[in-house]
Amino acid sequence: MSSKYTRKQVADLMDGDLDWDTVRRMLFMPKDQERFKNYIDILQERSSWDDKIILPLGPHLYVAETKDKDLVNKCSCGYVFGPYTENWKLNALIYVRDDVEKFNEIYPTLMCPDATWQVYREYYCPDCGVQHDVEAPTPWYPVMHDFEPDIKAFYEWVGLEAPEKVA
Amino acid sequence: MNKPELITEKGSMLANGKSLYQHRRDVMKLTKDTGHYAGLVDLAFKKAEPITFEKVFSKLRAGVVNARETAKKIAASPIVEQEGELCFTLYNAAGDCICTSTGIIIHVGTMGAAIKYMIENNWESNPGINPGDMFTNNDCQIGNVHPCDICTIVPIFHEGNLIAWVGGVTHVIDTGAVGPGSMSNGQIQRFGDGLQITCRKTGINDVVMRDWQHESQRNVRTPKYWILDERTRIAGDHMIRDIVGEVIEDVGIEAFLKFGDEIIEDGRRGLVSRIHDITIPGKYHTVAFVDVPYTHEDVCLPSPFAKVDTIMHAPCTITIKPECTWRLDFDGCSRWGWHTYNANPTAFTSGIWVMMTQTLVPTERINDGAMFATEFYLPKGTWTNPNDRRTAHSDAWHFLVSSWSSLWRAVSRGYFARGYLEEVNAGNSNPCNWMQGGGFNQEEEIHAVNSFETAACGTGACAMKDGLNHAAAIWNPEGDMGDCEIWELAEPLLYLGRAIKSNTGGYGKYRGGMGFETLRMVHNSADWTMFFMGNGYMNSDWGLMGGYPSATGYRFEAHNTGLHERIAEGKSLPSGHDYDPGNPEYEKHLNPGAQVKRDSQCITTEAIFENGDLYLNYLRGGPGFGDPLDRKIEDIQKDLNDDVLLEEFAVKIYGAVFSKDSNGDYVVDSDKTLAAQKKIRKDRISRGVPVKAWMETERQRILDKDASTQVQQMFASSFELSQSFLDKFREFWDLPSEWLVTEKELGIPAFGSKHAMDLSQMPDVSTVVLVEE
Repeated sequence: MSSKYTRKQVADLMDGDLDWDTVRRMLFMPKDQERFKNYIDILQERSSWDDKIILPLGPHLYVAETKDKDLVNKCSCGYVFGPYTENWKLNALIYVRDDVEKFNEIYPTLMCPDATWQVYREYYCPDCGVQHDVEAPTPWYPVMHDFEPDIKAFYEWVGLEAPEKVA
Repeated sequence: MNKPELITEKGSMLANGKSLYQHRRDVMKLTKDTGHYAGLVDLAFKKAEPITFEKVFSKLRAGVVNARETAKKIAASPIVEQEGELCFTLYNAAGDCICTSTGIIIHVGTMGAAIKYMIENNWESNPGINPGDMFTNNDCQIGNVHPCDICTIVPIFHEGNLIAWVGGVTHVIDTGAVGPGSMSNGQIQRFGDGLQITCRKTGINDVVMRDWQHESQRNVRTPKYWILDERTRIAGDHMIRDIVGEVIEDVGIEAFLKFGDEIIEDGRRGLVSRIHDITIPGKYHTVAFVDVPYTHEDVCLPSPFAKVDTIMHAPCTITIKPECTWRLDFDGCSRWGWHTYNANPTAFTSGIWVMMTQTLVPTERINDGAMFATEFYLPKGTWTNPNDRRTAHSDAWHFLVSSWSSLWRAVSRGYFARGYLEEVNAGNSNPCNWMQGGGFNQEEEIHAVNSFETAACGTGACAMKDGLNHAAAIWNPEGDMGDCEIWELAEPLLYLGRAIKSNTGGYGKYRGGMGFETLRMVHNSADWTMFFMGNGYMNSDWGLMGGYPSATGYRFEAHNTGLHERIAEGKSLPSGHDYDPGNPEYEKHLNPGAQVKRDSQCITTEAIFENGDLYLNYLRGGPGFGDPLDRKIEDIQKDLNDDVLLEEFAVKIYGAVFSKDSNGDYVVDSDKTLAAQKKIRKDRISRGVPVKAWMETERQRILDKDASTQVQQMFASSFELSQSFLDKFREFWDLPSEWLVTEKELGIPAFGSKHAMDLSQMPDVSTVVLVEE
């Protein structure tokens, strides 16, 4: 048993504009298996570049297939962070909040961490300045590689042809 | 596992002629050999009689839920009666869960672990298992989460054969630990963690044994609640036993027994199906931390070796496999500690379903089946799996929910990538503060309190909407802050106010839900103590995909306030909203000479509170999702008008440019805000540095051992327990192969790091191991 939703409903969901009754149905009922296809089709239509979207990693971050069939991590502005198998953060800009002045720019006094225990690391796109991620680790902590998707297995799950150069 | 003496393959209790021990062995072997619970490659009964199968499930499930709803009315404790901190679960003869009620469903597995312990340690021969028996357990070393979860287990017989077990659990308000309240601080070992009961036979012929009743009630501070909680558990257990009898009468014993195994395999398949339907295969790496600031003067401990600042470290790699099962690997976790936040493997393997039923498997068909589609690696010696029988656990949730917050973030990456935005949750707040204390209450009785207002913290943001304000806690899906009037009956603490806590939800395209705060004044007590239990120097949340973590906690308490005099004189009083702790208001309404503590020390031990003293109970918000600069202008405006966003941070975080209209309402100027946001993006590019360049400076800090002692201790502890974590750390930072930081070089006590004694080393004990260690 599976539910069905229109492309407009999926688009409205992506925009935060879907009515609550439908959202509740999405939560309670079995999932619509065509969601992924609808989702990436809509994202592709909205994209400012022509590379094929393979997998969304964030509101402004994608695994995309270039014209040469290479799979890369790519920002919505077009900036390429490198091969999809590598951690995109290593090619981003970073700003570390590691003292009380920097913390108090974002939270009131006493409502932010003590920098001798924890820092906030903000990762920005070098071209457009979008904030792709905020880490909250201890000092010294390695940069997290959040997600290593098995795209080949996933595309088999959803019945789509896997990208040519998938690992 | 050693096979205890006297255990035989044969027994008289089961219809199949096997001992309970052998029966469980056979179930485990069949499961391992086939990959299907009890070897059930085909669900023959379900296939042949699907309607009967569903009918039996519905009857049993409705029975356990109804038993919970009915039995909780017996309890007087507001934790049980108001907050619903109870749960009933039905198990098959092997101790595997068939179905469970609503409520604190972590106990799907915890009571099963106790049943398995009784099976493994031959309770069958001594003390014996007979119709009408009751067994009580709260021992954290055999699966319980924390000592305040007391369970009563009743075996169910049919025509002389044991066919099932039923367990009921309630969260009691006090266990007689060193510190009052059910999740207290102060103690650092099991020996101060309150009454510990190990599967003790406490009832015969459906009657509670008098020696047990006399002994147990005088070992806790709140005997009335204790006794009524036990009545609650027994009543629910017996209701469910009756339901099982009715089901057998209806469908026959053979059908019931087949159902009791097939429903578990069905649960296993349910998880596999759900993983396939909504996640993405691959590896998800995540981590969580909790501060344990124990060197502070307001943390009074019995042993000097516990007076160290440490950090809980919970890295996790989730692997979702192409065959739709998954593995949760906690390699690299820090060591257990001399505090009450240690957990045990069952708290993990069972507790994780508290979270997953709210996201991955939101179904009423929760049983041990999901466990059989899941691999856990919980390294021995870590806080997730202590190797020492002295560990304390009374607030195991403090670490557990923090580590699970990161799991929520991880699985949400899969939901997001797949387009199921409605399932995304940026995390959960670490539900705290836990306001606890005790002494003589307004009824002039010895008393203890644990405020469950924290059952209604802010939730994490979704990928298509904000988190909910003051709405839920991960450990109880029925989140409820409780009524002020009921809490005032239960506690000698008057409400001076209850308000939404501004700026507590993490910022983002969608923000985290706001927490709330209540200001309590001690009133009408004789002798009274209180303490704080939460995070302050660190945050367990991270935010997701550009969203910020929620605000951290802080402490406010005030003594010698003069409030009674101010009330008599009609002077102003502090009210509920501590709007901006950077510009405090409360202090303006206290008499000169009031002693105020306002700091990040959110863990304290018992402090004396006189009548008229103040305590701020601040319940946390949830983390945010997405770049805050993507937030809709109208949502920023609404936050300002709802008084949940301070002006200063509307400007700094969202770039909002606003004014007030003639009604005093905020109006955000779209064009000017968009322009300001453009500038913020440029500023980010200006101040940001390439990650690889920053890594060089951070690497040098590591080589220089430039970090606080607690940070170094965390890494030293994890390095000692995991060579692979150390290797990856060295590789990432390109450190010399000999680089290392050790606890010894930090000059702090490290008791427990070298010498430990596990429960399995005790005579005549056979432990139940359900995870890879």
